[in-house]
Amino acid sequence: MLESYIRSRREQKELLLMTHIVLGYPNFDDSLRMVEAMVEAGVDLMELQIPFSEPMADGPVILKANSDALAAGARVEKSLRIAEKITASFDIPFLFMTYYNILFRNGVDAFVARMADIGIRGAIIPDLPPEEGGDYLAAMARHELAPIHIFTPNSTDERMRLLSEKSSGFIYTVARKGVTGKDTAFSDDLGDYLERCRNATGLPLALGFGVKSNEDFEFIRGKADIAVVGSETIRVVDRDGVAGVKPFILRLMGGG
Amino acid sequence: MQHRGYYDQFGGAFIPEILVPTFDELEQAYLEAKADPAFWQEYKALMSSYSGRPTPLTQAENLSDHFGGAQIYVKREDLNHTGAHKANNVMGQGLLTKRMGKTRVIAETGAGQHGVATATMAAKFGFDCTIYMGEVDVERQRPNVFWMERMGAEVIPVSDGSRILKDAINEAFRDWVSNMDDTHYVLGTACGPYPFPEMVSWFQSIIGTEAREQVLRETGKLPRRAYACVGGGSNAMGLFSGFFDDPEVELVGVEAGGRGKGIGEHASRLAYDDASVGVAQGYKTYFLQDDDGQMQETHSVSAGLDYVGVSPILSSLRESGRVRFEAATDQEVIDAMSLTVQREGLIPALESSHAFAQAFKEVGDLDPDDVIIINQSGRADKDIFTVADALKDPKWEEFIIAKAKGYQNA
Ligand SMILES: Cc1ncc(COP(=O)(O)O)c(C=O)c1O
Repeated sequence: MLESYIRSRREQKELLLMTHIVLGYPNFDDSLRMVEAMVEAGVDLMELQIPFSEPMADGPVILKANSDALAAGARVEKSLRIAEKITASFDIPFLFMTYYNILFRNGVDAFVARMADIGIRGAIIPDLPPEEGGDYLAAMARHELAPIHIFTPNSTDERMRLLSEKSSGFIYTVARKGVTGKDTAFSDDLGDYLERCRNATGLPLALGFGVKSNEDFEFIRGKADIAVVGSETIRVVDRDGVAGVKPFILRLMGGG
Repeated sequence: MQHRGYYDQFGGAFIPEILVPTFDELEQAYLEAKADPAFWQEYKALMSSYSGRPTPLTQAENLSDHFGGAQIYVKREDLNHTGAHKANNVMGQGLLTKRMGKTRVIAETGAGQHGVATATMAAKFGFDCTIYMGEVDVERQRPNVFWMERMGAEVIPVSDGSRILKDAINEAFRDWVSNMDDTHYVLGTACGPYPFPEMVSWFQSIIGTEAREQVLRETGKLPRRAYACVGGGSNAMGLFSGFFDDPEVELVGVEAGGRGKGIGEHASRLAYDDASVGVAQGYKTYFLQDDDGQMQETHSVSAGLDYVGVSPILSSLRESGRVRFEAATDQEVIDAMSLTVQREGLIPALESSHAFAQAFKEVGDLDPDDVIIINQSGRADKDIFTVADALKDPKWEEFIIAKAKGYQNA
């Protein structure tokens, strides 16, 4: 179970790190090498994003990575095969992040069965609120995979409790409004919000959106269980190539 | 939030979690307005004083004679202020924006008609305004960009994806997820997450309500057929809704046939069989997509019909057979427009000319006692560059060259 992995890992470390890549960006070989670099640097879990042509909840950096990957020929089947290779090679949990149409077009049951088959442990589908996700939630439960939902600063306490009920593994809390990849002011307000999140769920909390430096990482320590880094690694790869990934992750966690 | 806004299997609200409270608020404002007769009175009064409603139903005698079939009547949405039916939706949403106490509006636009209408509404109501428009459309619809900017709107060209309408919608949503507290997203057509398809159709129903009264008054009978072009589906929903309870009226939706069948060649989701059911941009409908669920390129001579999805309500009306869907090609559209300009002095927008083109194909089969209605959703002033190019008008070309020289020398 994803949740028990996170809890036992937390006994050794106060704050875990989840990173994110877009499969097929800049190409599938580099995706594999990025995962390798991240695992070597000590990342605790990872989101693998399957590219979609209309990534409505993503900001410019991840949007561009999605469309570049598609332009370079990233097919869903290719993403599934590379994901299978990744889960077989590395010993941390991997989740899918993608948009609902990717599941819907494949057939939700078939897609979820395939996820289980290739060793993916859970999924984040940002355009699928639980009200629309009946088939998906049932399939995820059947295969003992973790559907992960998102808390936002706009969510009411009642909404958070509902989302928590429909989730397993952990809750993804976004630090602010808006899309991925913009700056976040990590301030005391955030502490109050995370307190509200804690009160609404017994699941571990991951905090993402705008995390990019060791300072941000340290701010989150003690407030959430997992820090999430997304767009910043793509910026690093664009600037320094895959070789830049490991040093970046080490710096972020306060080593290296 | 509940599981809601479904028309058979189509519709829904596939929205990012951050927008859930915003949609709850919007739904509430919409349902309250709908239940409040004073709201519709205020709306009608505004459309009368500001947009010249009711728009006339014009008998096209020369075209009727030309084809020798049914009597052709044209519903004149081109006579709205800003030149298209888009005003009906925009002014309605403007009133709702006021009710919700918001001070800024954003919108996507394809042809630019919806952008101009939104900028106009924002100027009148004193809202801040940002318009997202695909780079390709900014190029083909410069006159509309000019007016939006004059009215104080910020026009942001969108350079992602295929750089047309769907990409502008994505960008508008990205703005909204940051700024929902003071901002309302004025979606321009009967698409998107619930309550948009239903709400936009409600505002546009003013077209059909008027048209039904007018045709009965002027001809004493109901039309055999009613034609409307279908981009996202708002002007079609508007006209058709006047006749949903009249089974003898055949409703015909006309999509962009572009260069003909085959993915990438057209924007025909319901008339051709290149589309399939999917979920994108917050709703479930027929999309022009590949096996993986990636949205594909579309093509149409008219920016306003150049879109991958279609109203979920129209998808359900196709399944039930209540609406027949056809496609008109770019060439048929240009020809139909030229004929209408020459014979009637009416100037239908390229979008609207799709409805004319399909009607012209069929009207000769009907009886002279029959009546048909074509919805002229807009006028073509904005299309002058595209149309002049398509007609290869030499004098226009000379004019543009001289104009350009003038700017170079200035
Ligand atoms: C004049 C005109 N007609 C029709 C349309 C298509 O939209 P809808 O299908 O929502 O009526 C547009 C869109 O921009 C338009 O400008």
